[in-house]
Amino acid sequence: MEIPYTVQPRPDTGIYNAKVGIWLFLASEVMLFGGLFSGYVLLRVGADQWPHGWLDVRFGTLNTIILALSAITTLLAWAACKVGHFGKFKFFHACTLLLALSFLSVKMYEYHDKWIHYEIKLADGTFADGHLVEKSADFDLAQKTGTVTLHGRIVKDETLLYDLRSQKNIELKEVTVNASDIVKMENYGPWHNTFLAIYFTLTGLHALHILGGSIVIGYLWGPGSKMWKKDPERFTNRIEVSGLFWHFVDLVWIFLFPVLYLT
Amino acid sequence: MSELKATTQTGAPMTGGPDSHGHPVDLNNYIRTCAYVFASVLCATALMIWISFLPEHYTWALKVGLILVVACGNAFVVAGFLMHLISEKKMIYTLLAFTVFFFAGLMGLTLYALQDFPTGTTH
Repeated sequence: MEIPYTVQPRPDTGIYNAKVGIWLFLASEVMLFGGLFSGYVLLRVGADQWPHGWLDVRFGTLNTIILALSAITTLLAWAACKVGHFGKFKFFHACTLLLALSFLSVKMYEYHDKWIHYEIKLADGTFADGHLVEKSADFDLAQKTGTVTLHGRIVKDETLLYDLRSQKNIELKEVTVNASDIVKMENYGPWHNTFLAIYFTLTGLHALHILGGSIVIGYLWGPGSKMWKKDPERFTNRIEVSGLFWHFVDLVWIFLFPVLYLT
Repeated sequence: MSELKATTQTGAPMTGGPDSHGHPVDLNNYIRTCAYVFASVLCATALMIWISFLPEHYTWALKVGLILVVACGNAFVVAGFLMHLISEKKMIYTLLAFTVFFFAGLMGLTLYALQDFPTGTTH
């Protein structure tokens, strides 16, 4: 049985069914991310302090450019289908896929950077903060043995670790701490504070969307492209629908980048 | 790109099947539009970064407000031209009107609840 209105517009809506479907899905996605942005606003307003300058603007900017380029290549892939140029479609969609993977690679690097970043509360009331260089072979926090070395700094007041934007010329050096002096040691994972919790939640969900979109784009570029030979119009509509999802993912990042990296 | 201006594999011009409004798609037009959109995204991004690095006597509230205005403009360009929302069917506008209504309600309730929130949640 043939599925109706996969190519021809439905008389009452004026568009083919998949397009109505993707817009309904995107509407639900707006509410999903909207709920998380709402949570962000409440957490930020309720927080005594909010970190500034914790995320590297250069990586955020790079990912913004990567996603903008991928949004353009996905539109050009659809336009190439429309004009019947399958070779160009393959090229543009391959570019989209590569850009998507580049985005995820940059994101993974950023996550790793946070994972190896530690804040250590010391027995004398000061704080050591920086990226992990090494732990001695006998390092055991529970047994209080060994040492840990960070590339960072020691501050007397924890509040100095929050607003990095307002501090000029922060000097970083290798700091070695004895396990016996450590009161608390925690990396910059989502458990560290509410900023990192909402950062990992928002960007993690967004990265999952990128991953899901990449799988669909990869399928349409590879095995799914066989449909081009037997039903090019329907295939073109599939490219349009996947493209709309991809543009939405780009739209979400347009707000995530300033909210998390710049403010 | 020069190859794109030539012809399709079948020798036909680089215009093809109609878009959702019955207008023939012209790949060269799309490439031009994409170039403008990309340039505007770059400008908007640079502007947002510049605003965020304004001196400290500009409060964060002001900076956040300005940055969100630029981000909304950026989003309008992407949604309008890349998602074709600038000239879509009535059905999609209707659907989006509902989305805007509920999203505005969600954010409105969030703002309404700002004074009714436990403080000191940093740690």
